[in-house]
Amino acid sequence: MVGITSYGAYIPLHRLDRSEFFRAWGGIFGMSIPGEKAVANFDEDGVTMAVESAIDCMNGTDPKKVDGLFFATTTSPYKDRLCSSMMVVILDMRRDVRTMDVTGSLRAGSTAIVSALDAIKAGAAKSVMVTAADTIMAAPAGDFEQAYGDGGAAVLLGSDGVIASVEGSHSISDEFAGMWRTSEDTFIRSWEDRMVLDRGYSSIMPEVISGLMKKYGLATKDFTKMVCDSPLDVRRHARLARELGFDESQVQDPLFLTVGNTGCALAMMMLVAALEEAKAGDKILFASYGNGADAFVLEVTPEIEKTRDRRGIKNHLASKKPLNNYETYLRWRRLVTVERARRPELGPTTIAGLWRDRRLILGLWGKKCKVCGTPQIIQGASMGMGTPTRVCVNCQAKDQFEDYRFSDKKAKVFTFTQDNLADTVDPPAVITMVDFEEGGRAIFDMTDRDPSEVYVEMPVEMTFRKLYYDAPRGIHNYFWKTRPVRC
Amino acid sequence: MPVGIKDKVCIVGMGCTKFGENWDKSDSDMIVDAAYEAYEDAGIEPKDVQAAWLGTCWGMTATMLSVALKMQYKPVTRVENACATGAEALRNACYAVTSGAYDIALALGYEKLKDQGISGLGGTAITTGVASSMTAPGAFAMLATKYFARYGLSPNEGKRMIAQIPVKTHHNGALNPKAHYQREITIEQVLNAPIIAWPLGILDSCGVSDGAAAAIVVRAEDAKKFRPDPVYIKALQICVGPAEGQMSQVFDYTHVEETYRAGQAAYAEAGIKNPRKEISMAEVHDCFSITEAVIMEDLQFSPRGRVKEDIEAGTFRLDGELPVQPDGGLKCFGHPIGASGLRMMYEMYLQLQGKAGPRQIKNPQLGLTHNLGGFPYLNVVSCFIAGL
Repeated sequence: MVGITSYGAYIPLHRLDRSEFFRAWGGIFGMSIPGEKAVANFDEDGVTMAVESAIDCMNGTDPKKVDGLFFATTTSPYKDRLCSSMMVVILDMRRDVRTMDVTGSLRAGSTAIVSALDAIKAGAAKSVMVTAADTIMAAPAGDFEQAYGDGGAAVLLGSDGVIASVEGSHSISDEFAGMWRTSEDTFIRSWEDRMVLDRGYSSIMPEVISGLMKKYGLATKDFTKMVCDSPLDVRRHARLARELGFDESQVQDPLFLTVGNTGCALAMMMLVAALEEAKAGDKILFASYGNGADAFVLEVTPEIEKTRDRRGIKNHLASKKPLNNYETYLRWRRLVTVERARRPELGPTTIAGLWRDRRLILGLWGKKCKVCGTPQIIQGASMGMGTPTRVCVNCQAKDQFEDYRFSDKKAKVFTFTQDNLADTVDPPAVITMVDFEEGGRAIFDMTDRDPSEVYVEMPVEMTFRKLYYDAPRGIHNYFWKTRPVRC
Repeated sequence: MPVGIKDKVCIVGMGCTKFGENWDKSDSDMIVDAAYEAYEDAGIEPKDVQAAWLGTCWGMTATMLSVALKMQYKPVTRVENACATGAEALRNACYAVTSGAYDIALALGYEKLKDQGISGLGGTAITTGVASSMTAPGAFAMLATKYFARYGLSPNEGKRMIAQIPVKTHHNGALNPKAHYQREITIEQVLNAPIIAWPLGILDSCGVSDGAAAAIVVRAEDAKKFRPDPVYIKALQICVGPAEGQMSQVFDYTHVEETYRAGQAAYAEAGIKNPRKEISMAEVHDCFSITEAVIMEDLQFSPRGRVKEDIEAGTFRLDGELPVQPDGGLKCFGHPIGASGLRMMYEMYLQLQGKAGPRQIKNPQLGLTHNLGGFPYLNVVSCFIAGL
């Protein structure tokens, strides 16, 4: 039996009420779309949200037993650089694994799942992680801007401990591209909307789902849930279900009112939400659209009961803070140029240093002294501080270390400040010196925080974030930050 | 046990520029002004200098000094040791004449911060991009946060305690024509100033300035040939931390270990048993108000956690039991990094010679200077003592 063995998801903390777009732009589009959308913080992107999702999905799984990692996104920070290879280090997987960034389509997530399943069925891999996230941008003042949201989801696929088996699948390819971005575009482009929907989603999704049901001799009543992603016009999602003959109770919520359209991650996020509620024996129709479509028949097994402790969709949905206003959204997405802090230029990023410190930077691996047992970490090469740690800070033993991971350790704020002078997209920079509960101390920026709610002794957890983009050198600098314990 | 530097070397001449936003002065201008003032004060000619040490953090290499002064093919060394850079230049020059390698040496420190067009002290280095976005005010603000939490001070009580420090120091700066800021401030102004890094406001923070200062040093046995009132070096101590405070939970973040240890070493070198009684005056690294408060405890001027009592009693005022920052400190002089250590010694030198004018402290015997470079958890500290 081959199928899903674990799942996880991520939704950014902040939500923007759609009435804020209406407030900002008034009647340019004439109406306010209901609900709110999830907004990635300024330090989040497709990579960080896919990492969050994958960590949620791993949930105690031995990373050394996962044979591949496929990252699906249409908003990779790089055109030519494999982000999945970065994630292999973050998740502490082996070197002899398959990595692939799947991109260029809103069904990149389901395409990655198809490939992972093929590899497992062929015996080339026993277990493959597929993690997807998107932060699609639409130009300000349009409907699309309101429709898109940010988020991610991950599934672990394999043959041991299957919680939902894949009973069959059907894919079709279609040349019609109603919405697209070129390699030069920041914002999504669209053809005239009726053709986009009529010739696209509303034509292709019925075709793939009918084809799937015909192929496996199934009818709509055989499915407990229909999990299909939605186009930007969410009314077409309801129409698809209605025209195929699904009852409203079978339709998985496309998260439009709570998260927004998360691009190639949407179908997987909906699938995670469905699995959170699923019972053994449930049949799930799972389909995703984009230059064609992929559709799957899933059947839930009794193992599902072992996966109830994820943050997933339900907990992440409940854990939220309102984003104050649209202006903050513009600043976070860098849609307006704001005055720079009069601070020193950031120094040149060294690729050589990033490579040497890859375990420290990507996985937050420090050291634990084998002589005195002290866990220790130092951020790394910056003014007056070098890496790696070769001599113990406590007993000065030389080279008597084992690797020690800090990213999954709980910590408490030892002291902090709100730094108004620091050059940050979202001032003040909240700086925390934290003590890890099992030993070790370090200084990190704090994210997803309300500055007024930070206190000495506050419990925090670590989160992988993008610190900044070194534009002259084209390097996205990622590292870990603290955040209040999320959920 | 090393025998130490006590009474082996003397300062026989010093110079110090006006500190401030010296838009009309270049780095070379300030180097020339400080050096020639020191030459004149020592009664020597430029050619008499046999070796020089240049302290600068952001300036490059020894040629900066030799070119500005057109030194005639002399040994010049640029030194850098964070905020103790100026002190380090003096320390090296002292060791050089003490060893007998040279008879007359010049120590000069400068920084030209205001050409950078930014807030703060500046500095850019190759990076892996993972350092936190924290600024220097942020690092010292965390010292205040923790100090207040540990000693049960509410944010308002804590802010009021430290706000008295810049008020005291500005009083002194107002009496000093070489200070950047020469005006009195009130405690209300300090408390109501915009916040730089909570809980520190703008008036808890020292200024950003240009400046240069210089000293001529000779062996003690030669000193009286230059002047009747040379100033004797009693201790030159540097302490550099291993980042224990940053990496280990041992550090309480309510003191600075490097200051404590540098002070201990300096007192031992100078033969001081009771610093509070024996030290007449001090110029310490008041980059922020909280820093000075904690330094008072680390240098054992005040008991741990009880500096508040001494601040409120006026102990550190110009007319107090142990005046601190008689010249106006970093608070009024700003912190042109390479110059600060020598600027502090310049004030001790003037005070010991009775030449401090309206700021003159009555009959001082020993003066202490202290620099703290880096962060409270990882830094370079210098602690020097000079006397008659």
